[in-house]
Amino acid sequence: MGYVLEKEGMNQVLSNLSENYLIYAPKLYVGGGRLSDTDCVRYGEVNRIDEIVFDRKSEFSFKEVLTPITQTLFYYTEDTVKEADGPKKGAVIFLRSCDLHAVKRLDDMYLSNGPVDSYYERIREKVKFVLMGCSSAYDNCFCVDMGTNISENYDMSIDCSDNNYRVDCKSVEFKSLLKANAIREEEVSPAYVKETSTHVHIPENLSAEVATSSIWREYDSRCIGCGRCNFVCPTCTCFTMQDLFYTDNGKVGERRRVWASCMVDGYTEVAGGGCYRQKYGDRMRFKVLHKVLDYKERNGYHMCVGCGRCDDICPEYISFSTCINKLESAMEEVSSNES
Amino acid sequence: MSRNEYVPFLSEILDVIKHTEIEYTFRMAYDGEVKPGQFFEVSVPKYGEAPISVSGIGEGFADLTIRRVGKVTNEVFELYKGDKLFLRGPYGNGFDIEEYKGKELVVIAGGTGVSPVRGVIEYFAKRSDERKNMTLVAGFKSEDDILFRDDFQFWRQNMDVILTLDNGEETKDHKIGLVTKYIPDLILEDVNTAVAIVVGPPAMMRFSVKGLLERGFKEENIWISQERKMCCGLGKCGHCKIGNQYVCLDGPVFNYTVGKTLID
Repeated sequence: MGYVLEKEGMNQVLSNLSENYLIYAPKLYVGGGRLSDTDCVRYGEVNRIDEIVFDRKSEFSFKEVLTPITQTLFYYTEDTVKEADGPKKGAVIFLRSCDLHAVKRLDDMYLSNGPVDSYYERIREKVKFVLMGCSSAYDNCFCVDMGTNISENYDMSIDCSDNNYRVDCKSVEFKSLLKANAIREEEVSPAYVKETSTHVHIPENLSAEVATSSIWREYDSRCIGCGRCNFVCPTCTCFTMQDLFYTDNGKVGERRRVWASCMVDGYTEVAGGGCYRQKYGDRMRFKVLHKVLDYKERNGYHMCVGCGRCDDICPEYISFSTCINKLESAMEEVSSNES
Repeated sequence: MSRNEYVPFLSEILDVIKHTEIEYTFRMAYDGEVKPGQFFEVSVPKYGEAPISVSGIGEGFADLTIRRVGKVTNEVFELYKGDKLFLRGPYGNGFDIEEYKGKELVVIAGGTGVSPVRGVIEYFAKRSDERKNMTLVAGFKSEDDILFRDDFQFWRQNMDVILTLDNGEETKDHKIGLVTKYIPDLILEDVNTAVAIVVGPPAMMRFSVKGLLERGFKEENIWISQERKMCCGLGKCGHCKIGNQYVCLDGPVFNYTVGKTLID
């Protein structure tokens, strides 16, 4: 069942939700952009509905709520280890369809690929998702081609127009709260993107053989290995362990995990100095093929959700979607070399 | 709530066996099940964790042969018998002894690559009735770099052993040259059914496998073990992924039919 709420009603809903949940949504950080006098839209805690940015794509994804940029795993003191406490409150996350599809990828990585990650599990169990309808696509979006433009598995959905909020609710927990604050009830279905200006085509015959194509060499010089594409990606999950100790007492410290990037130096370095994929083009190939080839071989569906944030953020104007579209000719090149 | 896989347990160093200046075996107290080729995440608070493969298994212990090459291993070398280390694991698939039983077996190992496969060598050295003819080709840089010297004495009594050094003078104990030099002359009863294990640095593995294939070994009868930066050992951190395989979960031991598809 759907509900229509005015601003006050919606704020009341958020206020009630905040008793048990921290509410995360894309919000505007004035002056927080990467260049002077530019703003940034990224995830942060919100209390009121008008703090949420509905008309722009967020530069970073929601994933830092589930997998913090730095997360303390445990504290150690000589021979004892104490697990770091988890969050006390749950979280309500406002996100778009592509990002909700990305949650499935995070779940598969942290809950199914190898043993369950208890740090992820303990927060994941307490998270509710609010789908923000997309009436049209933004620059560089290609969700339709990736099949991520429609989502059904939300707890609530929200579409905003003329200061009215149209909400669909699938979670029993929130129904009475919405009903109490709605001005009327009616059928609501969230808006979704039907057409994007950016298109991608992943060739049917794509295989790891494409590694030998010459297309990757372009990125040897264009890419600078900064890793921004990984950090904005809602499906990138890599991390590195990091130990630190307290300067006042060197016997006490903590182990953390911090986001890592397969594009950045040191990612593959083993003790003694050996490393793999030294060329940036090979790192690009490793990343691209994970997103549109080998993740699917393992999990049955593509990792990339087509949010286009990697294209938005790249300081060298490298386009991931353009790279995907080169794969067909790259496969032709590779197979003609073989024959 | 699932078990926290990241919290390590304390294990006592039962013994330290010195092989070379920079390679010691630390015999760690451990009571669980463990297979050769698996690895533990060894950690020293403040310095971090390092994946170390199991080089020996026995009642109440697991041996970790560690080369002093990095931040963590430097600290481990400061420890003595009776001290303790934090461990997690064992992780990875390890070698499946069943795959080699009743067969003609060739093991080619280079340097610290002997460690992960030592358990397999030991098993068949003690049980010659469980396999056909067995050959070990082990290569080290120089006389000073030889690991498991005492073991080699025992292995020589039970199998054909070719110990070879990159540099130095040939003696009655060892030959000179790379391990690949000895592949063409391996004496084999039936190359169609013979199995081989190759472990060592990437280039050594690549050329050894090439040599075995040229001899007529079947791809499905060759196993390799990969070394990568395994931060978590749990299939999460991503550092050890190659293609659609995670070295920490699906490896480090790969049949060559899979191993050959892995492009870094």
